[in-house]
Amino acid sequence: MKNINIVFAGLGGQGVLRASDITAEAAFLTGFDVKKAEVHGMSQRGGSVSSDVRFGAGIKSPMIPAGTADFLVLLDASQKEPNALSCHAGTVIIDPGVIKIEDLPNPKGLNVALLGYLSTKLPEIPEENWQKALENNFPEKLRESNVTAFQVGRQAAGK
Amino acid sequence: MDSTKKLLNGDEAIAHAARVAGVNLGIGYPGTPSTEILETFSSLGGYAQWAPNEKVAAEVAIGAALAGGKAVVTMKHVGMNVAADPFFTAAYTGVKGSLVICAADDPGMASSQNEQDSRRYAVAAGLPMLEPADSQQCYDYFILATELSKRFGTPVILRLTTRVCHSKTIVSIGQFSEPGTPSYTKDAKSHVMVPAFARLAHVRLRKRLHDMEEWNVKEGPCTFLGSESAKQGVIATGISAMHAAEALPEARIMQPGMTYPLPMDKIKAFVESHEDNLVVEEGDPIVVETLLAAGMKVRGKKEAFRYGELNVARVKKLAAEDVTPDPAPAPGKPPQLCPGCPHRLTFQALHDLGCTVCGDIGCYTLGVLPPYEAMDTCVCMGASIGAALGMREVLPAEQAKKIVSVIGDSTFMHSGLTGLVDMVYNRPPHGHVVILLDNSTTAMTGLQEHPGTGRRLDHTETVRVDPAAVAKAIGVRVEEVDPLAMKDTLKDFIQEQLDKKDVCMIIMKRSCLLALKHLKDREKAQAEEKKN
Ligand SMILES: Cc1ncc(C[n+]2csc(CCOP(=O)(O)OP(=O)(O)O)c2C)c(N)n1
Ligand code: SF4
Repeated sequence: MKNINIVFAGLGGQGVLRASDITAEAAFLTGFDVKKAEVHGMSQRGGSVSSDVRFGAGIKSPMIPAGTADFLVLLDASQKEPNALSCHAGTVIIDPGVIKIEDLPNPKGLNVALLGYLSTKLPEIPEENWQKALENNFPEKLRESNVTAFQVGRQAAGK
Repeated sequence: MDSTKKLLNGDEAIAHAARVAGVNLGIGYPGTPSTEILETFSSLGGYAQWAPNEKVAAEVAIGAALAGGKAVVTMKHVGMNVAADPFFTAAYTGVKGSLVICAADDPGMASSQNEQDSRRYAVAAGLPMLEPADSQQCYDYFILATELSKRFGTPVILRLTTRVCHSKTIVSIGQFSEPGTPSYTKDAKSHVMVPAFARLAHVRLRKRLHDMEEWNVKEGPCTFLGSESAKQGVIATGISAMHAAEALPEARIMQPGMTYPLPMDKIKAFVESHEDNLVVEEGDPIVVETLLAAGMKVRGKKEAFRYGELNVARVKKLAAEDVTPDPAPAPGKPPQLCPGCPHRLTFQALHDLGCTVCGDIGCYTLGVLPPYEAMDTCVCMGASIGAALGMREVLPAEQAKKIVSVIGDSTFMHSGLTGLVDMVYNRPPHGHVVILLDNSTTAMTGLQEHPGTGRRLDHTETVRVDPAAVAKAIGVRVEEVDPLAMKDTLKDFIQEQLDKKDVCMIIMKRSCLLALKHLKDREKAQAEEKKN
């Protein structure tokens, strides 16, 4: 299998790192080699944040080489341009507009809804591993609303 | 031994390793990207402390290791400058237990004021150094560093970089072991560095490094990647080895895990068995210069690759000696002070007053950006006070009178106190005003506690060191105010203090919004726990 490269991008506070953590964990639970790279630090203060997740049979660099992203998942549409160098003509760009915010139990669940959407494009990872990764990444109180958000994302992709 | 697999970043992997190795004490000062080592170690049940600064952290860790304990001290690269004094002589005293120094560099300056290469410290102080490439190596090398430290009786540096600290990769973890109780044996000849003893210690230090190089050639950690029959040899350090393995699939890659002292004979044999040999390292050309000086036929990188971090594309260019500029991504959104951040009030007032602001390091450094543009200098932690005093000494009165220092509360505890002493001792002709932005946290690095919050690393309560009381004791006039309550009069208030021409510290006391939220969340969780 070819390695899969996914870039998550958004603004500080939108849950970019949480989204990439969940994806990396779902791939890990499926048995893939996984690496995830990001730069934290100033992200709390509303600036651009991006995170790379790579999985497959054997991953070397944790950073996605320029022009090799298979997916660019945008939590904020403004972050498309700053991440354009990661993309190539065939990169699937998932725009936050695919999710209707009104459908979410909590607007903060946009990151997880986009994961639901993304999950339909990644048949390599069984849905139950997404569910487990969601459970591991949220405290009990927030679990239900995020599971719902994930389903909203899957439905938005027609699943 | 039982092991479980986990997906961890480098910092978390080190914290797990410290629990497996039975470390008695973890101590450090926060600094991206090293901060999560101690936070995770503590959350895993390890005993961890924040020190007021890296020098104190190093000294405490050295003491624990001289006593026979197992210690780890963590810091970002610039912290190594602050802690350099104790480290250089700890290389002479050696240790009885073990001491691992986790030093995290930031090539590319994702969150730092410089991109110094801390590997120079290993060479300068004569401290052995290991450089992991991923989280598994962070884990393995930490445990190895602890063993080597004990066996050879020396502190060992574990040199990290931002990408190693903050990338997640899969790690096999062993069983945790509880720390043992060391017992003290007096050994003044080794531990008291008066000249007569230190002369002997220096000779011991050089002999030890020689022995460690021999060990490194025979048994040191070394990873090989790529085809054995390759004509192209690559000697790569740390995460550069991962980029090189992907960028140069035709090459044979050697990643020596201990990069000081290098396993010279082993590298020589590698170099001799390849037609062309390239050295790939981030930062300064340290390994390549060492190999060239030993007469090995290796190729280094062009000067353009000294700057910033490496990645797959840059390693390809480095190998091809292609120095055309890298494509620049469209600019992202820069970080800003949070809406409602209390720092904003002070910077608005300083902007309106047209003050010359000697700034310091923290969230509030963002006061340099529009709309405030209210910062004129920022060098290193604590320099807001010293730099302002120097400016006041040499500038004409009308310019000198407009100068203020702005410093955060964690930074004040770190290295503001001695600046205050100088302000009183060498008082400038027109006095001086220091503004302490006391937001009750170390916000910049992710809301850590410090001596001024009155809580320890794990958020349990302890005695609060009161900056007002300390400043008064030094001989400074102190004004403690809530900037939010003063809002409209803040500007006039600061001008009044400047006009008094004495030595004054204004404490702007108002909590960081995020710290307040965390505090409330913790209180809520505690209340719920009590109920159950
Ligand atoms: C010697 C050194 N150690 C650590 C750091 C990392 N660092 C940058 S700012 C900062 C502290 C910020 O806290 P504070 O002064 O309270 O300001 P705040 O961010 O809360 O506004 C730290 C630890 C550094 N830059 N230099
Ligand atoms: S994290 Fe706290 S100190 Fe930093 S900008 Fe936000 S409110 Fe201000």
